Amino acid sequence: MIEVVIDDRCGGCGSCVEVCPSDVLARGPNGKAVIARQADCQTCYLCELYCPEDALFVWPQTDRVAGITPQQALATGDVGGFRRDSGWDEHAATHTNQHWRMGAIFERARLMAIEDADAKTARTEDGRTK
Amino acid sequence: MAQDDDTSHWETDVLVIGGGLAGTWAAIAAAREGARVILADKGWCGTSGVTATAGPGHWWVPPEHREAAVADRLKRSLGLGDPDWMARILDLTWTSLPQLAKHYAFSTDEQGRVQYRGLRGPEYMRAMRAFALEAGATILDHHPALELLTDPDGVVTGAAGVALRGERPWTIRAGAVVLATGGCAFASRLLGSATNTGDGMLMGVEAGADLSGMEFTNYYTPMQAGTNMARSMSFAFARWFDEADKELDIPAGPDVSPHLARALLKGRLYCRLDRIPRDIREVMPQVQPNFVRPFARMGVDAYAERFEVSLVSEGTVRGIGGLRIDGRFCQTAAPGLFAAGDAASRELVTGAISGGGAVNSSWALSSGQWAGQGAAAFARQRGNASGRLHHIGQAGLRPTSRLASVDLPAAVQTVRDEMGAYDRNIFRTGEALAASGEKLDEAWGEIAAHAGGWGRGLLRAREAAALVAAARWSKASALQRRESRGMHRREDAPGLDPRLASRQRAQGLDHVVTRFETASPGNTRLEAVA
Repeated sequence: MIEVVIDDRCGGCGSCVEVCPSDVLARGPNGKAVIARQADCQTCYLCELYCPEDALFVWPQTDRVAGITPQQALATGDVGGFRRDSGWDEHAATHTNQHWRMGAIFERARLMAIEDADAKTARTEDGRTK
Repeated sequence: MAQDDDTSHWETDVLVIGGGLAGTWAAIAAAREGARVILADKGWCGTSGVTATAGPGHWWVPPEHREAAVADRLKRSLGLGDPDWMARILDLTWTSLPQLAKHYAFSTDEQGRVQYRGLRGPEYMRAMRAFALEAGATILDHHPALELLTDPDGVVTGAAGVALRGERPWTIRAGAVVLATGGCAFASRLLGSATNTGDGMLMGVEAGADLSGMEFTNYYTPMQAGTNMARSMSFAFARWFDEADKELDIPAGPDVSPHLARALLKGRLYCRLDRIPRDIREVMPQVQPNFVRPFARMGVDAYAERFEVSLVSEGTVRGIGGLRIDGRFCQTAAPGLFAAGDAASRELVTGAISGGGAVNSSWALSSGQWAGQGAAAFARQRGNASGRLHHIGQAGLRPTSRLASVDLPAAVQTVRDEMGAYDRNIFRTGEALAASGEKLDEAWGEIAAHAGGWGRGLLRAREAAALVAAARWSKASALQRRESRGMHRREDAPGLDPRLASRQRAQGLDHVVTRFETASPGNTRLEAVA
């Protein structure tokens, strides 16, 4: 669930309020984002992608509020990590989209599984002959 | 439902409900036909739905290999697929994806070849939003639809809903409507599925549409326990362990989940991803940036340590059932109403096995375009749809008895339990299906009699009604299919029954009925099961 809005990072642009598919965030009295309906959060992390200031932090647990503080969030070292790895905005040049490799990765897994199965069969046959 | 001067009214030719992959393609196709198009999304078109959190591959097959691809898929569809529909989506996928090049930066491989097959979710849906806007569609974000409207002849003529900002009711009069509301995840907390509560199925059935394939709702995906990160790629390399750290003999492959479920019914299950080669680990954050977040944040070295896993139900998302398609333009059985994407049954293109991984995305972009074209033509032919509009929504909106407080979270939890539990939904028996059906009937009765409300509360009541309705159709269909076919696995009826090599329809609100399409001894009558 969304756990943290780092108040002194939030520039009040309202992007996260707009893009949240579950309408979890709202603008507070000073225009900055606040978590208005935390229980509705679906832990999709997409608000982080659309936050140019890396002011938001989603905790991976889905079914309960963990009570993460801004200090704990920053201590993970992963605030802004999703936007960086996705190569959005200023990260475009350094973190290109490598998603297209998925097919080849699945294929590697498939070939490894076949090798393993062959090895297992060989071991079993070996065991029988001995 | 309050109808007062505060209600916003619009008129359009085509109304698309749902702004995921299928809905955006429907809006684009309808706009290209010259129709005025409004797309209303429950969330935000661009982040809503299961495409935005995933990385969908497509059924991307060069023309010379398509005949073989269809033949292979048809064989695996176990009698429920249709080769013509398979060929149609292969053709349309091939010509559609390159059209996105202005909005999506397709990658090139080491040889400089453009890679169209797979797109990363957040960027894909961001591109689809831009594409739909460019085509001329009007997008209403945070505008959940709650019910369909019909004209005096019963032809679907728009929808009504609530705008979440300000909690104002809205109505849209439309010449035709496309339901692209996504699959139903049965409240399983599957990644990206929070808004996928089966709304389109309920709205459609109220208007006279029917469903098909609702027994195929038991595809499960492994993920780190307590999270929702059901990205399956890395688990293709997984080794599995029980609580005593003994490695389990579970072969890798597409059918791993039932093995994992059996292990989970015995106790805790753990996973090691230590076989993932180093070069893949290095590139992983840029292949699937969301997959690595739970590990990075919770301080788990996923490639060295074991971590606990569970299975999440994908409902009809990677399951199959939905609104029955009744024509080449994705008409439903209700006049003026079209269905696309996961809101529709995908049996035509995938049969009794999951279309996850490639076929479903091709189906979404294809069925979306056909539904959009069909809706535009229907609206054009109809001319101005004038006259009085009937609001046809029932359970969750207009209680048949007095409006009273209903424990909606408890109803949703019943759906989560009955449609999620491994021993009730993966390994099925007639007895357990009937028992689940009774619990769900009770929840339905309570909601239909008393649930309602205002604003967001009304949306929650309606979502609960849709979840319960979809679960009842699923249990009834699974009960009647007394055999095991594809993902539908009956412990009390193992193996295929050749007499049941036929698609099964479901409909009904207070009384659920199912019927097999092909008449054969023993299944010719419309069977009331609730």
